[in-house]
Amino acid sequence: MTAGDRPLDAAWPLVFGCWVVAGASTLGALFLSEVMELPPCVLCWYQRIFMFPLVILLPLGLFPFDPRIVRYALPLAVGGWLVAAFHLLLIAGIIPESMKPCTQGVPCADVQIQWLGFVTIPLLSFVAFSTICALLIGARLRISR
Amino acid sequence: MNKKLLFAGAAIVLVAAFIGGALLYKSESAQQTSQVLERNQANLVKSHSPTLGNPNAKVHIVEFLDPACGTCAAFYPHVKQIMAANPDKIRLSVRHVPFHKGADYVVKVLEATRKQGKYWQALEALLASQDTWTRDHTVLPEMIWKPLEGLGLNFEQIAIDMTAPEIAQRIEQDLADAKALNVTKTPEYFVNGKPLPSFGLEPLRQLVKDELARAY
Repeated sequence: MTAGDRPLDAAWPLVFGCWVVAGASTLGALFLSEVMELPPCVLCWYQRIFMFPLVILLPLGLFPFDPRIVRYALPLAVGGWLVAAFHLLLIAGIIPESMKPCTQGVPCADVQIQWLGFVTIPLLSFVAFSTICALLIGARLRISR
Repeated sequence: MNKKLLFAGAAIVLVAAFIGGALLYKSESAQQTSQVLERNQANLVKSHSPTLGNPNAKVHIVEFLDPACGTCAAFYPHVKQIMAANPDKIRLSVRHVPFHKGADYVVKVLEATRKQGKYWQALEALLASQDTWTRDHTVLPEMIWKPLEGLGLNFEQIAIDMTAPEIAQRIEQDLADAKALNVTKTPEYFVNGKPLPSFGLEPLRQLVKDELARAY
């Protein structure tokens, strides 16, 4: 192994970690909608649009490792993070009702699941997107070192 | 090479967790459904429901029906066919669950036709013409009268009868019973108190067949 490969080797586990988080989130989302048959609200769909492609995209950057995967994956992760943040603010009541884009179907401000008193589906999504963003930025820092 | 193994291992763990979780969830919820049904068996059959067929038939289908529900309309002729294929052995009771917007109006009209002895004809006519009086899952109340023409109904009497408080009470009771039995989608069938193992025409046919074999 050459000395130049070392930063790449250090970045690989971080991107792999992103893929594990994205895979678990995607299967979790499918579990909620397809197994538990909870209909996803509009904001959930936007978060899915940002999350699902990561499951396909990230492995393409892992084998063989392509440092530019951060460049391709981070915009999706940030987009999803923004929607998840908006969703959390909506549920918290900080963003007023009139701003919510859901007029039909499932209201996005409805809390369908609450584990341990505070864990909601949008919170899980927010944590997942935050983790992916942090790992991708970490990978970027290691690559550029 | 190690990386590929790690990746494949993680993928297998994720998918296995999903499948295992799904199987566990399904079996637990099936158990819950049967418990709920057992506990609330009294909510299933009510004397106020319109009933078709031999009153002494040993196989009793209870259908939770929304007149504005497309699948209910699609299934109805098949239910009639199942009954026709086994004359006098099956009876059908209808519980009205107007889940669609404006469907309670249609149920009130249907209930009013019972006073004129034309409920089943009216139900059939409305289900067959459902496309003409629903749009985007919403009932167009002014459009439901045309399909009812030719049945010899007294529309003025219907307009009076449909406002009877007992009709509103029956709808409320049907909706409350549906809730108690965890009926959230229409149509939902119970054959001699048993729910369909999975939704579909074939499971319904099979369940009826099993119950017929058991009873006769």
